[in-house]
Amino acid sequence: MRHIISILIENEAGALSRVAGLFSARGYNIESLTVAPTEDASLSRMTLVTRGNDEIIEQITKQLNKLVDVVKLIDLADAPHIERELMLVKIKTNAETREEVKRMVDIFRGKIIDVTPASYVVEMTGQPSKLDAFIHGFEEDSIIEVVRSGPTGISRGEKGLHL
Amino acid sequence: MELSGGHIVVQCLKDEGVEFIFGYPGGSVLHIYDAIFHQDDVKHILVRHEQGATHSADAYARATGKPGVVLVTSGPGATNAVTGIATAYMDSIPMVILSGQVPSPVIGSDAFQEVDTVGITRPCVKHNFLVKDVHDIAETIKKAFYLATTGRPGPVLVDIPKDITDPNIKVPYKYPKKVNMRSYNPVVVGHKGQIKRAVEVLLSAQRPMIYSGGGVILGEGHKELTELTQMLGYPITNTLMGLGAYPATDKQFVGMLGMHGTYEANMAMHESDVILAVGARFDDRVTGKLAEFCPYAKIIHIDVDPSSISKTVRVDIPIVGEVKPVLEQMIDLVKESKLKPSKPALEAWWQLIESWRSVNCLDYDRGSLFIKPQFVIEQLYEVTRGDAYVTSDVGQHQMYAAQYYKFDKPRRWINSGGLGTMGFGLPAAIGVKLAFPDADVACVTGEASIQMCIQELSTALQYHTPVKIINLNNRYMGMVRQWQEFSYQSRYSQSYMDTIPEFVKLAEAYGHVGIRVEKPADVRPALQEAFAMKDRTVFLDFITDRTENVYPMIEAGKAHHDMKLRLAPGTPLDRELS
Ligand SMILES: Cc1cc2nc3c(=O)[nH]c(=O)nc-3n(C[C@H](O)[C@H](O)[C@H](O)COP(=O)(O)OP(=O)(O)OC[C@H]3O[C@@H](n4cnc5c(N)ncnc54)[C@H](O)[C@@H]3O)c2cc1C
Ligand SMILES: Cc1ncc(C[n+]2csc(CCOP(=O)(O)OP(=O)(O)O)c2C)c(N)n1
Ligand SMILES: [Mg+2]
Repeated sequence: MRHIISILIENEAGALSRVAGLFSARGYNIESLTVAPTEDASLSRMTLVTRGNDEIIEQITKQLNKLVDVVKLIDLADAPHIERELMLVKIKTNAETREEVKRMVDIFRGKIIDVTPASYVVEMTGQPSKLDAFIHGFEEDSIIEVVRSGPTGISRGEKGLHL
Repeated sequence: MELSGGHIVVQCLKDEGVEFIFGYPGGSVLHIYDAIFHQDDVKHILVRHEQGATHSADAYARATGKPGVVLVTSGPGATNAVTGIATAYMDSIPMVILSGQVPSPVIGSDAFQEVDTVGITRPCVKHNFLVKDVHDIAETIKKAFYLATTGRPGPVLVDIPKDITDPNIKVPYKYPKKVNMRSYNPVVVGHKGQIKRAVEVLLSAQRPMIYSGGGVILGEGHKELTELTQMLGYPITNTLMGLGAYPATDKQFVGMLGMHGTYEANMAMHESDVILAVGARFDDRVTGKLAEFCPYAKIIHIDVDPSSISKTVRVDIPIVGEVKPVLEQMIDLVKESKLKPSKPALEAWWQLIESWRSVNCLDYDRGSLFIKPQFVIEQLYEVTRGDAYVTSDVGQHQMYAAQYYKFDKPRRWINSGGLGTMGFGLPAAIGVKLAFPDADVACVTGEASIQMCIQELSTALQYHTPVKIINLNNRYMGMVRQWQEFSYQSRYSQSYMDTIPEFVKLAEAYGHVGIRVEKPADVRPALQEAFAMKDRTVFLDFITDRTENVYPMIEAGKAHHDMKLRLAPGTPLDRELS
């Protein structure tokens, strides 16, 4: 099962390597990992997507909690939550294809943020599956470059992940 | 008080009540060594190799319960310490390691003797720090001691760049009385409801077993464990790390369990219907084949580290907490409870256990012309009246010591269980002897292991730590040879050394006494002679039967009831095995 684990961690040098090192040392897989400081500069928030059966996920959360730098964590998959990922895509265009590409971007509620005679850069956020669907709507050779942030997430409702 | 960084480091250790630092100097720690020179409160033990420093400090911690302290220089000093740090980590031993680092401005430039010590040690420490400001030294060291000694203990490393200890930069010093870390709050008392459930299950058991481990010793819960066990009248087994937490000479003790555990302990585990696991971590050398581990048992598990619970074996009633308070709560509940252990069930259970016990699985050939290693340990036990501190290296000799020296007290059996580090025994014995100068300290070792830290014989002379080295010299890496005999049709690939030093001369070269013992009849007198030499380190080189194997044995991948026993044909053992 796919799990999305949200972690509050001390904003210390090396904290990221402790998390990454834990996953490689214990053979857990990381599909994606995003990190940035929070509104409290002493804390970072990490969102980590991983896969495993219940036993593995239980060990992953226990091992993460055991890291001295980890302040708190939740498995977002345990409850209703929202997931978003940012994607930037550079797409080949020419006079003939421009309109069609623009229409696709509109359907997916993306934005064209750079234009040259031969290309568009499209910005899009959404569920990872929506971003996949957008990419799959194009011929492979019309995509020049894809950059994805990896998902971040937040739980629904009034409760938050705080100290 | 204004102090330079170097002096702050030493002052912190004083304020922490540290008796000994085990260390080795080098460029990046010279300011700290200069501060050490100016005082006598904290005694520095100069080892001969940084690995020795870590093992001595580790064993000091195992024997006393106080954290061991190590000081090493950057680069090779730190890398030499890694084996000892990992050894302590695997057995959850409280230790603080201070390592020098190249000056902050040159970190990352491949400077002379620079290694990424924080990076290298990260997977084998509980936590580590790089100090970036002289003002942070005191708080960081306080945190290191706090982390090392609370919750599940473990080694904590503090990496200190040389410029941070500059004698010309002085800052106000105050050692914090307490530290708080919002991200670290180990659980102490267990969940009341869970403990109640556990006691009910425990009291309703028909074939109960208590399986206790190193956590009972680390958490000082041996008295409570003994009280609870005797109150219930249940059989108890210990892991290799838990030996001494329950008196081995008591009749309720069925011996060690696991790969080289007793027949009765493993059979009882296999047949049990309720297991109380206390401060033990279901290691693979204990469980054997996981799919067939304790097939009939409900399992209760007390552990301070949630990640130890249901890691390899699914547990029915988890209790997160320290052994001591949790066992105290259990004792109270057992006293209050109307439920009592079923007498007939328990009697039948003990009868079964006695039948397994009567197999006498630790018996060996006592008529041999060769010195049997088991015999040496039995004699060691008698000569030291069962009251010595016994350290050990890794191999067959370690298992013989665990099986035949009956530890009645905690912290007496000092060995590397989790990492299995050859070279541990001798520096460990030195660390113990420093802590308890009047106690008998024996290092049980093999001719291969002892050579891994033999240089510490020199440290033993300098600091006058008269330990007795019990070398079970079988002219083989016996444990390796045994596996090769069983699993590789006796192809003894590289498990034999053609050149073994003359240990008597070697001991003498280091300024100690050496005695070579070749006949069974000489074993006891030699031990008596050695232990009578109270103020000398004695190297006893016992030339033992080189074909001897450690039995019983659960071979890798097999289950508890599938043990290999040492049996003479026609003995009652045949019946038991079929
Ligand atoms: C050659 C060789 C052969 C071996 N054969 C065997 C064998 O036959 N049998 C055997 O048992 N071992 C054997 N071992 C050792 C084995 O590898 C493990 O080291 C050992 O089994 C682990 O012991 P333990 O479960 O008691 O855990 P430890 O490593 O001692 O861990 C202690 C546990 O207690 C917890 N804890 C710590 N403090 C507290 C506290 N205050 N309160 C509550 N919980 C706490 C910790 O979180 C941890 O889970 C062998 C080793 C070697 C080198
Ligand atoms: C540092 C290290 N290297 C290798 C091993 C693997 N190993 C385990 S036991 C053993 C042989 C030990 O031989 P010896 O010290 O003579 O003890 P014996 O088994 O003969 O009693 C070896 C090589 C180890 N445990 N530690
Ligand atoms: Mg040997």
